[in-house]
Amino acid sequence: MNEFFKAVINAEFGYSVLRVTTPILFATLGALISDKAGVMNIALEGIMLVSALAGVVFSAWTGSAGMGLLAAIAAGALVGLALAYCALNLKTDIILSGVAINLMASGGTVFLLYLVAGDKGISSSLHSKILPKLDIPGLSAIPGLGTIFSGQNVLTYVAFLSVIAIAIFLYRTPMGLRIRAVGENPNAADSVGISVKRTRYLAIVLSGVLAGMGGAYMSMGYVSWFSKNMTAGRGFIALAAEAMGGATPLGSVLTSLLFGFFDALSNTLQLLKIPSEFVNMIPYAATVVGLVTYTIRKTSRERALLARGVSAEAAKGKGA
Amino acid sequence: MNSRRRILEVMRTVLAIAIALGLALVAVFFVSKNPGEALSYFLIGPVNSVRHVGNVIELMIPLVFTGLSVAVMFSAKQFNLGSEGGFFIGAITASAIAIKLGLPPIFHPIVAIGAGGLAGMIFCGIPGILKVKWGSSELVSSLMFNYIALFFGLWLINYFLRDVNAGAMVSYSFSKSALLPKLFAGTRVSVGFIAAVAFVVLSVLLMFRTRWGYQIRVTGVNGNFARYSGIGTGRVVIYSQLIGGLLAGIGGSIETLGMYTRFSWQSLPGYGMDGVIVAILARNNPLYVPVAAFFLAYLRIGADLMSRYSDVPNELVALIQGVMIILIAASSFLSKYRHRLVYEEATRLEAIPGGGLK
Amino acid sequence: MPAELLRMEGITKVYPNGIVANKNAGFSVIKGEIHGLVGENGAGKSTLMKILFGLIQPEEGRILLEDKEIRIPSPSAAIAHGIGMVHQHFMLVPSLTVAENLVMGIEPRKGILLDRAKANREADELSRKYNLVVDPKMVVRDLSVGMKQKIEILKALFRGARILILDEPTAVLTPQETEELFGELKLLRDQGNTIIFISHKLGEIKELCDRVTVMRNGCHQGTFAVADVTEQQISRLMVGRDVILEVQKGAPAPEGTVLDVRDLTILNRFGKRAINGISFSVRRGEILGVAGVEGNGQRELVEAITGLGTWLAGKIRIGGRDIQGQSIKEIRELGVCHIPEDRMTYGCASALSVEMNLLSCEHDSKAYNGAIFTRTRAIRANSARLVSEYGIKCSSPAQEVGMLSGGNIQKVVVAREFSSEPSLIVADQPTRGIDVGATEFIRKRLVELRDAGAAVLLVSADLNEVMELSDSLIVFYGGEIRAYIPDVHGITDEELGLYMLGLKRQGDEETRRACHE
Repeated sequence: MNEFFKAVINAEFGYSVLRVTTPILFATLGALISDKAGVMNIALEGIMLVSALAGVVFSAWTGSAGMGLLAAIAAGALVGLALAYCALNLKTDIILSGVAINLMASGGTVFLLYLVAGDKGISSSLHSKILPKLDIPGLSAIPGLGTIFSGQNVLTYVAFLSVIAIAIFLYRTPMGLRIRAVGENPNAADSVGISVKRTRYLAIVLSGVLAGMGGAYMSMGYVSWFSKNMTAGRGFIALAAEAMGGATPLGSVLTSLLFGFFDALSNTLQLLKIPSEFVNMIPYAATVVGLVTYTIRKTSRERALLARGVSAEAAKGKGA
Repeated sequence: MNSRRRILEVMRTVLAIAIALGLALVAVFFVSKNPGEALSYFLIGPVNSVRHVGNVIELMIPLVFTGLSVAVMFSAKQFNLGSEGGFFIGAITASAIAIKLGLPPIFHPIVAIGAGGLAGMIFCGIPGILKVKWGSSELVSSLMFNYIALFFGLWLINYFLRDVNAGAMVSYSFSKSALLPKLFAGTRVSVGFIAAVAFVVLSVLLMFRTRWGYQIRVTGVNGNFARYSGIGTGRVVIYSQLIGGLLAGIGGSIETLGMYTRFSWQSLPGYGMDGVIVAILARNNPLYVPVAAFFLAYLRIGADLMSRYSDVPNELVALIQGVMIILIAASSFLSKYRHRLVYEEATRLEAIPGGGLK
Repeated sequence: MPAELLRMEGITKVYPNGIVANKNAGFSVIKGEIHGLVGENGAGKSTLMKILFGLIQPEEGRILLEDKEIRIPSPSAAIAHGIGMVHQHFMLVPSLTVAENLVMGIEPRKGILLDRAKANREADELSRKYNLVVDPKMVVRDLSVGMKQKIEILKALFRGARILILDEPTAVLTPQETEELFGELKLLRDQGNTIIFISHKLGEIKELCDRVTVMRNGCHQGTFAVADVTEQQISRLMVGRDVILEVQKGAPAPEGTVLDVRDLTILNRFGKRAINGISFSVRRGEILGVAGVEGNGQRELVEAITGLGTWLAGKIRIGGRDIQGQSIKEIRELGVCHIPEDRMTYGCASALSVEMNLLSCEHDSKAYNGAIFTRTRAIRANSARLVSEYGIKCSSPAQEVGMLSGGNIQKVVVAREFSSEPSLIVADQPTRGIDVGATEFIRKRLVELRDAGAAVLLVSADLNEVMELSDSLIVFYGGEIRAYIPDVHGITDEELGLYMLGLKRQGDEETRRACHE
């Protein structure tokens, strides 16, 4: 137990929590923005995977990490566009569209990887670039805090700044207003001339862009290569994180950090004498526990509300 | 269903497959230096030798089981993707029994497969129960349970069943008594094939010839109507997921005991997700599952042969699968023709004087 | 007389299912008046207003605005012509603020951001101008229904509406809120706006409107200055009926109570009392009609009796058994059958075959099941029998129900429900929206089953149906039984109309007779 606390309570652990939270946070924000428009985007997993590969391939090709990032973002937007087309034009069930895109992404990335790198498992033969780490002047000098917050990958900062950007976008811009209107009451939006379809297209593409950045981080920051199915369910964890976060930007950060914590824990505990299988299981088990706790609380709250209403009515009835 | 509309549905499927294959062919032409050769392996390879035909049948067996599993679960309108984990945990359970228990032949595999089915059943049932009790999304929880199944299973193998003397991360050998005998010489097709056929028949009977199957279908098609008719829909959702899990678990067990002599998977084999494709191709109808499974197995073996003997990787199949799912599930794909048929039929019916049967 | 602002002429609308909602209907308003539009459910008033707001297109007829013919292909076009509508179901986004809901779609901007200050200011100014006081910064979710309605009105005004259509605005309001609304509407009129007010509450029409147009069966019955007509005169024009179908039936021979409802109180989803302490009973061999304008608690009553809904207080007994806490299946086993109001949601599974739909309520009975397998032959024989007995037009019992016409779908529902030899039939709008042939057939069957000893509770907003079919009647208004009529021959349409519209009520002594103690 002592060893456990030694492993967890230190600045390096804090650093690694932020590090592993980054991709989950990007995907959670992606889930958030599409959910706000009333679309459940289960293709996040596939989008991240495609973007991760695009980043590696294009950075190797152009010799520039920046170009790699751009390509990853473009790939994310394109896959988002494809999802939107399937769901909104072809009218394929959104969940089946997502399943199909995830399947295509998981096989398709390996297919392309083999074509460009000659290997089906890992991209190590490509000389791909990684995105730089930023030392924050001043901050890095502070012991503890500096270790945690400074020297993170540039995308980690982007992720946390995105939270603010998304919050402003959703709550302070006309388009954000329209997205929320479309998600909450499409009829109301329609009745004042807002195109539900166009608005949803935009939200899904933006969701793809965010997941794309998450993918870029996976292969050009978290590690420096692409490997088969490297996103390992983060896109799905993000869906749970978004729901548990109450579909708000702040809630999404907190739940992402929670899942990031468990993810980091599983990385750290690898070093201890706990079976690695259980350690690996932690993020997924934590997600199920989190999801179920959230829904139990939600249903019991609803029931309590109903019971209160009924008893208030009953009391009134007796009085009358 | 009216016969003309059935024809249209078949046409839709065929056209979706054709478009998907067409795209794949285009991809092959771009990728390969010798597209003609690659294509001939892809399209004809699976039937050019007994061994290859055997490969197709071998692959078809697990796909039939996961396809049935997904079809039953989706029939109740539950997006439970736990077949993947159910299949894996079934395989692990069957392996444990095949290694640890000493039972006479015939009994040994039956016990192992039964236990594997039970394990899969528990496993897929949980997301169903969570959904019915609290409304937790079965989609997300079942995906997470797949990972939990993977790591839990690997732990069991590595800590209790691992053969340290073997070079790789594999379990001890299964008892000979637990292995499923082969059905055809020259192939690895086991008696599991017969089991697959049997379970197709059982599933068809379940879904179309019993009150329980009827309840699943009604609940899936219109939950309000089911409730109004006096059907306990929560119970139906749970048992449909249990049955789906049972089928997945049995599939995993049969795959393990029929194809291998040790447990050697280090990751999820993906048959559960393939089951989704099979179920969609089969429109969740168990009767069509073998056809869909055969088709998918054929594609897979064709792609494997192509990647082995030419320069096109077999993951090309992923493209075909994705496009097929999207087009078949797309309600607006060929909807113009569908509407026209519906309209014609409606007007024709109204013209029948007096009503009743024709 | 001042010039007409808007005129609709010769409007005819036939819905795809063959229902004629408007027949050569006309309507006109004068600038600066509040014009009442009254009629029963199904009289065609909502259809007429939907046409005016561009939600649906008529087959025939034209619309003139200030003597110029205009086309209104969409709500946006209506808004462009200065026509706004306040729907019964609010078109608001609950999590947004009042100001955000108002400016949605035409948001003021500051750079790339939404100019909230300006939106709030505009909302505030608008609400002051029309004396519709709302706080622009409040979140709509937290507002009362009355406030939400004000926002809807403001939304229309904000988009430049000069003609405002209000679709039964008081249905959701408390008396105090209604008073407030009326004051606000009068002020709007005095500022030169024109208001079309749809209602079937005659007291409100008298209080608020300048003129009133009465509709019945899709036709215009006349337009009057409100001061010149009495509520009774309007009611007679509204409720008077044209007998279309006559059902042959003998005198009832009721005996023994089957359904007994005592002091029943039901809350609706919003915690309001949909049913308030009602008592009545239905006996073997009688058809008890429930008359009343829709939305006066009929739906909640039916849901409680059939097990689909719960209730707050009181007792429901069927065949002497208290059904509190019983499942739908257990209630059905007591011999209850149910023709639901919404046949596509509750009455059938449109993607399944006629045969499978006919089976649903009896699917686990001994007759159709062996130990494990279903008895296909028995199921097939049963469906073939029902299809021919009920004259269901289908290519075969294997055809999907969704492919049939409305009347035939309803026959499938009725065939299934009636074939279980019910002791209590709950028929909720049994012939709504179906053709004359099917209607006649279903009504005949109901009488036959009554004669065979079933108790029938008939809920219908169609006055023809209630009057033709029922032996006795209870009249619902505001979740209460306002009248019990032991013999329908003893009441005129006019009198019934007074009860239905809440203008008259019996004493407790009289309504208590509905219990047959």
